[in-house]
Amino acid sequence: MELDSRVPGGPLETKWERHCFELKLVSPANKRKFQIIVVGTGLAGASASATLAELGYNVKVFCIQDSPRRAHSIAAQGGINAAKNYAGDGDSIWRLFYDTIKGGDFRAREANVYRLAQISNNIIDQCVAQGVPFAREYGGLLANRSFGGAQVSRTFYARGQTGQQLLLGAYSAMMRQVSAGRIKVFPRREMLDLVVINGRARGVVTRNLITGAMESHAAHAVILATGGYGNAYYLSTNGMNSNVSAIWKAYKKGAFFANPSFVQIHPTCIPVHGTYQSKLTLMSESLRNDGRVWVPKKPGDKRPPEQIPEDERDYYLERKYPSFGNLVPRDVASRNAKEQCDAGKGVGPTGYAVYLDLRDAIQRDGEEVIRKKYGNLFQMYERITGENPYKTPMMIYPAVHYVMGGLWVDYDLMSTIAGLFVLGEANFSDHGANRLGASALMQGLADGYFIIPYTIGGYLAGTELPAVSEDHPAFLDSQKQAQETTRKLLSINGKRTVNDFHRELGHILWEYCGMTRNDEGMRKAKELIPELREQFWQNVIVPGSSEDFNQSLEKAGRVADFLEFAELLVEDALSRRESCGCHFNEAFQTKDHEALRNDEIGCYVAAWSYNGPGGKPSLHKEPLVFENVELVTRSYK
Amino acid sequence: MSKTINLTLKVWRQKGPEDKGHFETYEAKDISTDLSFLEMLDLVNEKITLEGKDPIAFDNDCREGICGMCGAMVNGIAHGPQKATTLCQLHMRHFEDGEIVVIEPWRARPFKIIKDLVVDRSPFDKIIQSGGYISVNTGSAPEANTIPVPAQKAELAMDAAACIGCGACVAACPNASAMLFVGAKISHLALLPQGRPEAAKRALSMLRKMDELGFGNCSNETECEAVCPKEISITNIARFNREYLKASFGSSEK
Ligand SMILES: Cc1cc2nc3c(=O)[nH]c(=O)nc-3n(C[C@H](O)[C@H](O)[C@H](O)COP(=O)(O)OP(=O)(O)OC[C@H]3O[C@@H](n4cnc5c(N)ncnc54)[C@H](O)[C@@H]3O)c2cc1C
Ligand code: FES
Repeated sequence: MELDSRVPGGPLETKWERHCFELKLVSPANKRKFQIIVVGTGLAGASASATLAELGYNVKVFCIQDSPRRAHSIAAQGGINAAKNYAGDGDSIWRLFYDTIKGGDFRAREANVYRLAQISNNIIDQCVAQGVPFAREYGGLLANRSFGGAQVSRTFYARGQTGQQLLLGAYSAMMRQVSAGRIKVFPRREMLDLVVINGRARGVVTRNLITGAMESHAAHAVILATGGYGNAYYLSTNGMNSNVSAIWKAYKKGAFFANPSFVQIHPTCIPVHGTYQSKLTLMSESLRNDGRVWVPKKPGDKRPPEQIPEDERDYYLERKYPSFGNLVPRDVASRNAKEQCDAGKGVGPTGYAVYLDLRDAIQRDGEEVIRKKYGNLFQMYERITGENPYKTPMMIYPAVHYVMGGLWVDYDLMSTIAGLFVLGEANFSDHGANRLGASALMQGLADGYFIIPYTIGGYLAGTELPAVSEDHPAFLDSQKQAQETTRKLLSINGKRTVNDFHRELGHILWEYCGMTRNDEGMRKAKELIPELREQFWQNVIVPGSSEDFNQSLEKAGRVADFLEFAELLVEDALSRRESCGCHFNEAFQTKDHEALRNDEIGCYVAAWSYNGPGGKPSLHKEPLVFENVELVTRSYK
Repeated sequence: MSKTINLTLKVWRQKGPEDKGHFETYEAKDISTDLSFLEMLDLVNEKITLEGKDPIAFDNDCREGICGMCGAMVNGIAHGPQKATTLCQLHMRHFEDGEIVVIEPWRARPFKIIKDLVVDRSPFDKIIQSGGYISVNTGSAPEANTIPVPAQKAELAMDAAACIGCGACVAACPNASAMLFVGAKISHLALLPQGRPEAAKRALSMLRKMDELGFGNCSNETECEAVCPKEISITNIARFNREYLKASFGSSEK
């Protein structure tokens, strides 16, 4: 199948405006005749639901948590980018566009990224009007800070709780539409299948997580905004319920999966402490504004940090990358931390940690100023580690954090299944092979507030959509299949818990397809994953029944999907014969150990299609054409 | 430094809303003090699972103290003994070897128990639906810096907006009042110029909704503030009362 990104022609700057003009419109009176399903209530899903409802569509929205306000967007800490240039430091739409394309190591679509940068400013306006309490200067105007991969200050923030405040804004807009009767919320629901009728997405089958009941919901279009799949690695900064299941089911129904191996490993997380740890906690990148990263110069130096004199510390990021220093992009910072630890210079009980030291900033600005900027992060660090970061440097290590990969979408954010739109982290759209900090919140809200309201209208107005009801055989088939999977999971009654399998899968992916990759390791992973999957289906134990609240069953379904998906992730990594951004194959590196791109063969989006159980997925390449930026080697030196 | 401890857990088990429920005792052995409280429960659940029994149900998601999904009474205190800490951020280093730990769900009339430690907090969503927002459609917002907000006001608004909606305040209140939750939302929006036009209407309708959903009145017990993991101050309740009084006298919408 030929992939058509449907990027409009004409100059980059006017593509989106012209496209909006050319899209067909649904008249206000007709909007109320359409039912739209939105799965997910994070920034992407909540902003989409609210806006579509304001326009007059009927919206049904689903989430796993007990309230839409708890989607994992809530955990985003550091901030959201916009090209307002309030700091007067030379920012512009063009610069935000360029930084994002470059940060992504030239593996994203120019037109999408440019649109994102254009829309960024409207997002800030919208959020302020909703009452998002962004940080302010004393004069009352909005404050900014810097994030990695940028030399300007363009990040808006609400203390260390930016995601929470943005999500509460979108959530409250949604709640307003609930009371207006335009949105119906279905919390504690898990999407088990996508229903496709005559080649078009027409509904979903969900499990009511309280009663266990299977439910069918028909619609004219389906939007997935189900977040990222970083939990495939078991340990990550994602929420416990984050999963690949929703988009994996869509993949099996014909949606192409793009760049599954592009996984971002965030440099500043609290290090792993033991086997029974369930998740890793991010220490926001914003700390790198004021924090300095270092290790002892001498390998094996076990002295406490206070006792290591200045000239025996290696501030390796400042040394290697003088112009960006501690603010190099995430992939670069992460690999460097690993390199230091692999060389025996890591610190802490496991030797897999480096220092993030705010001593100099505290001396310069005083503890109060630092507390105001990062107080909640310091508190979180103290809760988890039992150490006081005002007194002793924090220890950090990279952890799986975000996925650039996701379902393939065209310029309208529509997948290869007509009528199935994908927003937020669940799509692959804007971040190429590496996402810059503070750009995911921007993308989720751009998708939901400002893009989908236009593009979905174009689809609905231009498509003949005969009525379908929930007793259509396609719904019954999906229900039957989901019931069968559930029955199987509950009947195995083996000897290993779901968590145990999940941990092992995570270990395989982290070891063989993590921060750095090599062909041998990836081949090994390709053998280990199917073996583990087989064991899972023979030996997992899932207690309880399918007819009530059963968290073991929820988790088992998600891990079963991770066990299938992981193979595609590795396949994708192996098939890309270059390094780029977060994808670092040791065979392709410069002599300074930086990722070595190969633009001759690597300028493409890898989009995979499903070929049935046991079938090998097929790779389709969407060529990436750069007309407005020059492909250069990323340098942050 | 990390060490291991043994605990005896007395956990509330209840199959569903109609079940009477009872305490069940579990031994939690060799618990590393580096584990979080929920990771300790995970471990106990692994063991229960391998015994072929039904593990303890509890809500959680972010496990970093921000989503508001977790929560239980630990030895009678909402979210447990450590101040300003959600259950997921509570770590086992705060427990003694050999300690008996009693774990119960939120107990408050408006929050029905779904299973074990899991309760239904949807009444909070209903309160927000009744007016906890600023009415602005997407695309109709003015340029952001045309609405300056004094830094101090913005800080106060942020203090109130930090509420995670976990429900500990309601669980701790002898009257099961939601005044801290509602006060925080009212304050957050009323402190900002964008929120002023609807302030009166908002205060009236949110209070009405809270009553209707069966939450009790505030009788200044201040238990809510004491357990709030985000240290939301009861001055927000005072601000709410002022907004409400202004609204009742000044507004035509009674
Ligand atoms: C700790 C942390 C800090 C971060 N900090 C920043 C930051 O400072 N700046 C920045 O730009 N980005 C940050 N990010 C990234 C950013 O937060 C996320 O990429 C973004 O919020 C994802 O939003 P989303 O709407 O796509 O998905 P989410 O917010 O993850 O929402 C997913 C939704 O889908 C629902 N769902 C999922 N699966 C199913 C299913 N099978 N059935 C039904 N419903 C389902 C969930 O219930 C939820 O409602 C951070 C991420 C993390 C983890
Ligand atoms: S699990 Fe999110 S606050 Fe505890």
